[in-house]
Amino acid sequence: MNRRVLRWGIPLAAVPVLLLLGYGFRTDPREIPSPLIGKPATPFSLKTFDGEPISLEALRGRVVVVNFWASWCYPACYEEAPLLAQASDAYRGRDVTFVGIDIQDKEEAARKFLTQFNFTFPNAPDPLGRVSVDYGVYGVPETFFIDRAGRIRWKHVGALTEDVLRQRIDLLLAERA
Amino acid sequence: MIPEIGYAATVAALLLALYGALAAAAGAGTGRPALVQSSERAAIGVVVLVTCCLLLLVYAFLTFDFSVRYVAINTNRGTPFYYRITALWGALEGSIILWTWMLSLYTLIVVVQYRRRQPEFYPWALAVMLGIAAFFLLVMTIPAPPFERLAPVPADGRGLNPLLEDTGMITHPVALYLGFTGFTVPFAFALAALFTGRVGDEWITITRRWTIIAWYFLSLGLLIGGWWSYHVLGWGGYWAWDPVENAAFMPWLTGTAFLHSVMIQERRRMLKLWNLTLIILTFSLTIFGTFLTRSGIIGSVHAFTQGSIGQFFLGFLALVLLGSFSALAWRLERLKAQGELDSIVSRESVFLLNNLFLVAAAFTVFFGTVFPLIAEAVRGTKLSVGAPFFNLVNIPIFLGLLLLMGLGPLIAWRRASAENLKRNFLKPIVTGIVAALILRLLGVGNVLVLLCMGLVVFVSGTMVVDFSRAVRARRRAGRSWLGTAGGLLLQQNRRYGGFVVHLGVLVVALGVAGSQAWSIHTETTLEKGQSVALAGYTVRFDGLAASEESNHSKVTGAFTVTNGRPLGVLHPAKKFYPQEQSPIAAVDYRLGLTEDLYLVLGDYAQDGSHATIKIQVNRMVSWLWIGGLVLTLGAALAILPDRRKLV
Repeated sequence: MNRRVLRWGIPLAAVPVLLLLGYGFRTDPREIPSPLIGKPATPFSLKTFDGEPISLEALRGRVVVVNFWASWCYPACYEEAPLLAQASDAYRGRDVTFVGIDIQDKEEAARKFLTQFNFTFPNAPDPLGRVSVDYGVYGVPETFFIDRAGRIRWKHVGALTEDVLRQRIDLLLAERA
Repeated sequence: MIPEIGYAATVAALLLALYGALAAAAGAGTGRPALVQSSERAAIGVVVLVTCCLLLLVYAFLTFDFSVRYVAINTNRGTPFYYRITALWGALEGSIILWTWMLSLYTLIVVVQYRRRQPEFYPWALAVMLGIAAFFLLVMTIPAPPFERLAPVPADGRGLNPLLEDTGMITHPVALYLGFTGFTVPFAFALAALFTGRVGDEWITITRRWTIIAWYFLSLGLLIGGWWSYHVLGWGGYWAWDPVENAAFMPWLTGTAFLHSVMIQERRRMLKLWNLTLIILTFSLTIFGTFLTRSGIIGSVHAFTQGSIGQFFLGFLALVLLGSFSALAWRLERLKAQGELDSIVSRESVFLLNNLFLVAAAFTVFFGTVFPLIAEAVRGTKLSVGAPFFNLVNIPIFLGLLLLMGLGPLIAWRRASAENLKRNFLKPIVTGIVAALILRLLGVGNVLVLLCMGLVVFVSGTMVVDFSRAVRARRRAGRSWLGTAGGLLLQQNRRYGGFVVHLGVLVVALGVAGSQAWSIHTETTLEKGQSVALAGYTVRFDGLAASEESNHSKVTGAFTVTNGRPLGVLHPAKKFYPQEQSPIAAVDYRLGLTEDLYLVLGDYAQDGSHATIKIQVNRMVSWLWIGGLVLTLGAALAILPDRRKLV
């Protein structure tokens, strides 16, 4: 083979592999499309930390943001908590309800978490883990966006960002039931 | 205060390593020894500073300094003492410190050993090693700072990943990293050979023992990893072709190929280009492995942190690959082989085939590992490549390697005569075939197992032929057979160390074949007092007990086991860690030479009235660990100084 071709060809042979690996950053292997998207959300009724009952059925007609969290989930839950607190205030008076579900936690630690972030929306423990199993929660935090008709429309894995939160809620609010 | 000192030490070490790399390169390029000496002092400074970092982090762990983020995430007040030290390498940041520290130690040894002896290569090799150290120190400074502060300071930490609370995890990363970083030395000397243009055999002679040392530790790391997977993860297996396992296996494969192909270059002056390519690939694969496990681009059962570290490693990988292959291409004319392949039937060609097979295995593992990326890039689909693919393509390759393992050490160099072939191989081949036939008559139906076992007998046969012939030839009057054999092992330790390694591989091969073909399992729910039978064992469920440990709570089952006579009570358990979402199974087992009984506790009733139990009878798994031990002993024998030269 031509010497010059080899001189360039040998090192350049590595480039396609490097490009492929670089492409890997644009994908997320953890982002497996949830089979629940588009399906009716499984109903749940729980008792909040304040002792109030909360059920998904009763919220039909409203957009519901179900956020699974835990006090031991550092740092992701701590990163998104201020955003949730802020958003639930910002959307007050609109057709949207935030529901926090605390899983696999100790009550004392969970209450401390709630006070720390000043959550005003309903938060309930899921002592038997039933709800998180029904929703196929793999790790915390995970957030489900449920439309007015009670269908799961979007699932977010990991800490929420302000963009995602607003975008998803606004999209679902814009739909008429 | 500790974190600030640690961070300052990191930055200082980074600057020193950068300076040292440049000074050594400038010294080598201009032939000024003063610069090289200055670089040596920088290298010593790096060792001291990185050792400080390591000790400071250990100190932070021992004193529960939760103001350090890394400490807060990887330990809590309940973490037992030893695991507070080993939590150091329980996650990314600490692992990078450990890696850098080992690399700096290797650099120090290179300085001490070669300062006077290798004036040509040494400065360049030092420059390369310090350059690599500088990269890892950069990672410690920017994307993975181990001393990052956490505010507000939590009252208690999150705790170590419970799966890592095991003695296997104390040793596995250490051995693995000693292997990974060990390959830096031959790589650095290979680059030095390219930079100086002295691409003959010298760099190989210098680094031969280094390569065996790296290979030894990497093998040990893989074995301990398999043992950890087997007795901690509770799925009953030792190897799952998970991307993280593959990441460590690929450099092992190319490193093994390199160990063999250098012998051809030493003996026949062939394969210069190939050997340089192999060591570049092996080193690149150690970096690739870290990239793969830390960048999060491939899904894996091993949950690792993500961040910008992936980009750093990819950039470094690009630099290594493009840089070293450019240097290789630049020296192309000098890399022409001086020897030629005389015949297809020769040791050279068997070694070539061995290399081809090992590199093919590495390539298929690489391909299978990155295939999900290719599929997503080309077709946009998510998929994962599982064990069936890897087994399908690798089993024939490994069987082929077994065959070559029998041929290689005995077949003649250059051109093997019919007489040579008959003298060396006739008896072993017949023995191998007879052994396979006997096993068939004994009822072994699996063709792959028959093939594997027949090959193992054949290879063992060739070893017996060779070794007994050598002993007979050297045995002097009055000396015992055993004494002569022992003397031979020590005198020709490189050759016979290799034989012992091969013997270990044979035992491992039997373990793999037997465990894959003959293991059985069952899963059933038992009422209290009820029994289940499997493969001659009877397992009776006697009840459950709950207990509180320092950092978790635990539900332990009691299962009485008999096989005609009482074998005792096994206690598989489930451990509940507050920081984990799902319970961790703690398996219990009885290990045996031919089979292990292995119990995993599944679901159970809170009142202890019934429990689900998975019972596995895993056959011949112990052979893996025994073979592994033999293999590492053989490698240790081969590392000993060559006696023939000392005389």
